[in-house]
Amino acid sequence: MTTTLHPPATSIGPVRLAAESVRLAYDDRVVVRELDLQLADGSFTAIVGPNGCGKSTLLRALGRLLRPVEGRVLLDGHAIERTPTREVAKTLGLLPQTPVAPEGLTVADLVARGRHPHQSWLRQWSRGDEAAVAEALAWTDMSELADRPVDALSGGQRQRAWISMALAQGTDLLLLDEPTTYLDLSHQIDVLELVARLHTERGRTVVVVLHDLNLAARYAQRLVAMKDGVLVASGTPAEVLTEELLADVFDLEARIVPDPVAGTPMVVPVRRLR
Amino acid sequence: MTATAPRTGAPADRGRAVVRVGPVSGRFRWRHLAVPAVTAVVVVLLSAVSLGRGDFPIGVGDVLRTLVGLGEGTQEFIVLELRAPRIVVGLLVGVALGLAGALFQTFARNPLASPDIMGITQGASVGAVAAIVLAGTSGTGALLGGLGVPLAALLGALATGALLFVLAWRTGIDGYRLVLVGIALWAVASALTDWLLTRAEVTDATAAYVWITGSLNARTWDQAVTLALSLAVLLPLALAATRALGVLQFGDDTARGLGVRLATTQAAVVLLAVALTAVAVAAAGPVQFVALVVPQIAVRLAGGSRPPLLASGLLGAGLVVGADLLTRTVLPQALPVGILTAAIGAPYLLWLLVRGRRRSTL
Repeated sequence: MTTTLHPPATSIGPVRLAAESVRLAYDDRVVVRELDLQLADGSFTAIVGPNGCGKSTLLRALGRLLRPVEGRVLLDGHAIERTPTREVAKTLGLLPQTPVAPEGLTVADLVARGRHPHQSWLRQWSRGDEAAVAEALAWTDMSELADRPVDALSGGQRQRAWISMALAQGTDLLLLDEPTTYLDLSHQIDVLELVARLHTERGRTVVVVLHDLNLAARYAQRLVAMKDGVLVASGTPAEVLTEELLADVFDLEARIVPDPVAGTPMVVPVRRLR
Repeated sequence: MTATAPRTGAPADRGRAVVRVGPVSGRFRWRHLAVPAVTAVVVVLLSAVSLGRGDFPIGVGDVLRTLVGLGEGTQEFIVLELRAPRIVVGLLVGVALGLAGALFQTFARNPLASPDIMGITQGASVGAVAAIVLAGTSGTGALLGGLGVPLAALLGALATGALLFVLAWRTGIDGYRLVLVGIALWAVASALTDWLLTRAEVTDATAAYVWITGSLNARTWDQAVTLALSLAVLLPLALAATRALGVLQFGDDTARGLGVRLATTQAAVVLLAVALTAVAVAAAGPVQFVALVVPQIAVRLAGGSRPPLLASGLLGAGLVVGADLLTRTVLPQALPVGILTAAIGAPYLLWLLVRGRRRSTL
């Protein structure tokens, strides 16, 4: 498998998903403040920032899982709150940080559930559903494991199964919350390669919350850096990953060198500041 | 990476049948049909044997002939008028409890989530015992007593269900929270029942105690018909929830991501399960353990990742009617059916748990 590299986006497509001065809170605790963000069609964006900066919360709001206290989220120009859940589910797929599959559920069943928004009481398993599931399984290289229970898979395989479900859902937009958590490095690469191929080969607009800055810089076209619920920087990896930003956002003294493989910025930590 | 062409029987379709007629399509597991089919046959046979048993024994053949309208006078009277109401109530109560358990357990993603554990049946007991004990007293007690036991039980169950719903609800219902709130309600309802029993006359206390155990003695066609009508409404609704249940099993975020209107769906499933429990308990008392054990047996027999509704309902019917048959034939003294449902169900579940490789979760 060759590394999938992303040249920085030169042309910006129409905005698919946008946050307009959103304020996000859990009960009384405000997590994200007055944040604006626009995500263009066909873009691959990574949201980065220290723990607790509100990046997962932002992703939840973009995916209609959390209603903004103020401001609004627009999906294709329409307020996402007023769009029927099922319509949203046909356009926008999301993978929570640690999704749980019921015990005994097979990979094929999991992927088949991705078709839920396209099904109805009378149309529960159309040829389209069947083809989409078979294709999603094959595309993610999960066909051989289709009959295995999800809980019997390794961490990397499990994440592939969930991505396969998101693929079967057939949405233009895909939001992933730390899809590489708990995976070893080679499986992190494996999962991100898969996501990158969804972007390049299937034209998906991808937003991913990532911890690893070097991987984020390598795979995403655009980085969005957050600190304390505020958007600090946004742009190409080279624009965002500067020594000043690392000091400011991550309290980290670091050098930035070109990644010898991909040429993207690579963070070499020196020490923690303060 | 090679994209393998879909084999004959696409990977997702193994062990399943696919039906497509025009715009209508569906897919089901063979075992999800086979298990209910076999169970249905067993239930019919058990019912026929049970209808034949009593002071005036009638053979299974004669019972079946009577049921299809070919019996002779006396047998017809005994089977259809004297014994059938008991069996029909037993069957319907089993179906309702099996379904209620399957709905609760799937929804809460927790095998402990059953109306017995979560206080719904205890709530019904409070209502029923109050009606028995307070009948003939004055004031508000008399009002409760005047309701009659089934109605008081129904109200008790519905009130507890409503309380459960309100207390467990935040922005949606978390399954774990639902079970914990339910256990607390169970404790409160138990205490209330005990308090009522200590105040009761001995005869009332005995009557109340039989009711609390769950009994099919002296059921009438009126009760059977009322129960059947309730189920005629609730059963289609429960089966309609099947599609949503498959997705509700995932975490809330995933379910909403797949286009489920979470709050509405959760509310509908909980209310449906409470209603099924309430009508069953009103008819026969809290027949113990059926709702808890039957869905777990069903999922182990039929396979899959959650209790299948159809199989749960039929197995529930089988357990109640089978236990009733045993209490009336094998045991020296006719016990309330609820004692036996626990005595049969629990060891069977243990056997399945010990034998199976799966853990006790859904």
